[in-house]
Amino acid sequence: MINQLLAVPLAPFLAFAIISLFTLRYKRLSTFISILGIAISLILSLNIAINLIISPSSEEYFMNWIKIGAVQIPLEIIIDPLSAMMLVVVSLVSLCIQIYSIGYMHGDTGLARYYGFISLFSFSMLTLVLSNNFAQMYMAWELVGLCSYLLIGFWYHKPSAAAAGKKAFLVTRLGDVGFLIGILLIFKLTGTLSFSEVAHAISQKEVTCPAITIIAILIFCGAIGKSAQFPLHVWLPDAMEGPTPISALIHAATMVAAGVYLTARLFFIFLPSIEALAIVAYIGGFTALFAATIALAQNDIKKIVAYSTISQLGFMMLALGSGGYTPACFHLMTHAFFKALLFLCAGSVIHSLHSNNIWDGGGLLRKMPITAICFIMGGLSLAGLPPFAGFFSKDEIVLTVFASGNTLLFFMATLTIFLTAFYTFRLFFVVFTGEEKKDTHVHESPLVMTLPMILLAILSLISGWCGPQFSHLIHTEDALHPEGEPLVMVLSVSMALAGIFSAWVVYAKKEVSSEKLCQQFAPINSLLTNKYWIDELYGSTVVRLVQFVSLVSKWIDIYLVDGLVNGTGRLTAFFGSALRLVQTGYLQNYIFLMIAGLVILLLIF
Amino acid sequence: MDILSATIFSPLVGVLLLLLLPGNKTFLLRAVSLIASLLPLAGSIFLLSFFDQKNPNFQFTENLPWISSFNINYHIGLDGISLPLFLLTTVLTLLSIIISFNIEKRLKEYFISFLILETGLLGVFSSLDLFLFYIFWELVLIPMFLIIGIWGGPNKVYASFKFILYTAIGSVLMLIGIIWTFILTHTFDIVQLSACQEIPLNVAKWIWLLFFVGFAVKVPIFPFHTWLPDAHTEAPTAGSVILAGILLKMGTYGLLRVNFSIFPETTMDNSLFLAILGLVNILYGALTAMAQKDLKKMIAYSSVSHMGFVLLGLSALNVIGINGAVFQMIGHGIITGSLFMLVGVIYDRAHHRQISGFGGIANVVPNYTAVMGISALASIGLPGLAGFVGELLCFLGAFSSFSKITAAACFGILIGAIYTLNMYKDVFFGHLNEKYAGLSDLSIREWIALIPLMVFILLFGLWPQLILNITDPAVQVFLKFF
Repeated sequence: MINQLLAVPLAPFLAFAIISLFTLRYKRLSTFISILGIAISLILSLNIAINLIISPSSEEYFMNWIKIGAVQIPLEIIIDPLSAMMLVVVSLVSLCIQIYSIGYMHGDTGLARYYGFISLFSFSMLTLVLSNNFAQMYMAWELVGLCSYLLIGFWYHKPSAAAAGKKAFLVTRLGDVGFLIGILLIFKLTGTLSFSEVAHAISQKEVTCPAITIIAILIFCGAIGKSAQFPLHVWLPDAMEGPTPISALIHAATMVAAGVYLTARLFFIFLPSIEALAIVAYIGGFTALFAATIALAQNDIKKIVAYSTISQLGFMMLALGSGGYTPACFHLMTHAFFKALLFLCAGSVIHSLHSNNIWDGGGLLRKMPITAICFIMGGLSLAGLPPFAGFFSKDEIVLTVFASGNTLLFFMATLTIFLTAFYTFRLFFVVFTGEEKKDTHVHESPLVMTLPMILLAILSLISGWCGPQFSHLIHTEDALHPEGEPLVMVLSVSMALAGIFSAWVVYAKKEVSSEKLCQQFAPINSLLTNKYWIDELYGSTVVRLVQFVSLVSKWIDIYLVDGLVNGTGRLTAFFGSALRLVQTGYLQNYIFLMIAGLVILLLIF
Repeated sequence: MDILSATIFSPLVGVLLLLLLPGNKTFLLRAVSLIASLLPLAGSIFLLSFFDQKNPNFQFTENLPWISSFNINYHIGLDGISLPLFLLTTVLTLLSIIISFNIEKRLKEYFISFLILETGLLGVFSSLDLFLFYIFWELVLIPMFLIIGIWGGPNKVYASFKFILYTAIGSVLMLIGIIWTFILTHTFDIVQLSACQEIPLNVAKWIWLLFFVGFAVKVPIFPFHTWLPDAHTEAPTAGSVILAGILLKMGTYGLLRVNFSIFPETTMDNSLFLAILGLVNILYGALTAMAQKDLKKMIAYSSVSHMGFVLLGLSALNVIGINGAVFQMIGHGIITGSLFMLVGVIYDRAHHRQISGFGGIANVVPNYTAVMGISALASIGLPGLAGFVGELLCFLGAFSSFSKITAAACFGILIGAIYTLNMYKDVFFGHLNEKYAGLSDLSIREWIALIPLMVFILLFGLWPQLILNITDPAVQVFLKFF
């Protein structure tokens, strides 16, 4: 088992090492090596997962890494149903996307570098999933952040891409500072970084509540950054500067889900603290609604899907905060499939349309039938309609929120469902139905791109059907297990249908002109189009402040500290030259001074 | 003469040979200096292979009477803290000599200065007698002064005098401290002085302060740091490499070897003070680095920030913090060494170092971009690379002693990422500055100098125990006092 487990992340790592050291000049070979690496991971992950489904268990392994005095910081891996599920999701989505990229990235000069970075990402993400201690988790966490930086800025000659990569790294690192402080606090209180030992310490009440709440909130800071939750969500829409397959893999299906995964994996820290859970729930619920409203007014196909990702991750956080461990993990899985699918469809459209603007599309249904059908399947799953996967997981989340008894959060969740359906089908109707534009070059994407899409579309349909088995395997004892409530289900489905219907009325039937709507609600529209001006707010406050402080410290350095030093130097030189005046070299002057001194001394004494 | 002495003085063999050679035989001068810097490297590797990692005491010791009327001995030896620094010195000096092959002005004197410098550094890291320590300490000063003052940039005279005045003031204070210690104890021997009981605490705190200021100038600790940006900016590439890579570590090494081991109680009283200074260094250095427009100045201030981590780790006075501090010294030596080399590479080609003066050169010089990328990422503490382990251990150690200060220091890693990634973006990404469309990538000689550093950055990042196995037993000795 352990060898298989280690091979899962190491296969892509080896691919990365070979590509970056030897085959950077050979595009096809690099592509092959990278796909081979992740295929091995997938096969092994499936094997591990099947074994676990047959006989559910949880095993932990341990390797020495740092050992000083009595202190140990080992590398630890855990294989339980949760990590096995993530292994399969990550390697499967990664494989689909790497195959898709053969078509999408065809002819790109940096192809070998691209596959090298994807392999490094797969390694880091798989390591993150397997981590069973804080040090290793943090390391993998930072490494996936690095890969995200490298791949967002893949087309580095574009200044906007370079800036977006940097922004993503820095914004998430701001959250990571909190995460790091949380880890330090845990180490101070428990003397260990191992998840299982910390869990033991908490269950033995060695660490108690105010401290646990602080730790949980600090760790959640990292999750807020990675999972692009409010107020650190600003990096994810910009990250769409990267190649679309990257958006699908990293910024939709896997890395951004790491924040949710972290919170789920460390649920034992959150559970004892009501305050921490409430913060998770409110940030999640607010982000879900907030991002959904922004998505309404965006015209960039990728940005719409990006805001929907932020919103859906908020949904998962909302579930976790409401005590719904299983629903959150379930939605994490289904969302990975349908969101990757939606991004690949978006990529397929962009690939043939050569534009990101939804208004440049129109009538693509006939020209790109496979893409369109895949998009409908992904869209219905996202909107949460049965029998698609998203329905089952989202339904469980809504149930949990309902059972937790928080009316405000429940209201926000249902409203979000309406908005989600609306913006998803706004996108669909504008791009795929209606009149064709005069540009006739549009064509269906090649098989190498559509095949992964079809596979993901199937998964977006069926992956929701395993709900009972899923909750049998992945659950925690203390978490909430709500009973099915038919009314809640009816409510959420009708909200989704209402959203789709409204979108149909406005954007397909055009009963209500969307321009008129925009004019009528001009202030709101401009608020949403400009994403509540949060970027501008940060730009004029935080960024300015840091720049200002930096300039002040430079000023202090030049004029105050160094000024003092140079001043001392000049003063010394001045005294030196003043004293030099005394050294006249004339004997009579010296004798005069001697006598004068003697007289003064005699006068004093 | 034993192997340790032979290693320390082996560069001087090269000096003698160079003196005999005429100054215009460039090839011969390079060959002799290269061999002369290979000798100490071979010696230090030999020492490493015979070093008993389990033994916490000083090894390869030599103790000969030197000036017996003052009880001054030629006492040298290595423990797990000095050995890694000793190796760092021999490796970085060799690579600095390789990177300096393109120097045209007074090549002979240049190499002589470097080899004398190496002997001085090796001596500092192995002296176990305060007087001997002081002699080697001063021996380092002169060649460095010449290297900045003769082979430096346009403002070299100002920079070199600032460097020598600053450090000379530090040395004077240290000398007073050494003499005062001798008056009270009648010995210069660091081993005998360790946890010395003969110095009353109210005097010890003043002697501690004298030593502290002497070392603080070298580290450099705020507000004694302003010599560093000037010296770095004006020094030739290899000068900056040695300056940042090794000379700064003399300061923190001295703190550990003298202040910590001779005056443990005073050190404990002052640990909060050390932690605060560490925090100031980290944040102030990083913020000032952010406002720099010159590549070398930016890296120089980043050194101020990264040495702050060392100080913070030391202030913890526990096993993790001090091991972390020593690890950070080595990690920073390698990483900054490679950063300064890389700045030198681009300066040789473009003849300027303005960050905003480049742009989009990643496509033109892909190898250079990659190596700079690895070094920059190591410098911002990316896991898997050497910078991360030192930072993590310093934080872990310091947090249990000074939680709030350490938590504030954690923001240093964010500011570090800001200026480093800004620099990287402005130099390598975006539209190509057409002036540099013809820039040539790394030459073979530059590769040879950089590859070992890249290997170490990765090796120590992935396998930190390589260093920690050596440092830990020696650190345990210190901990007995705290």
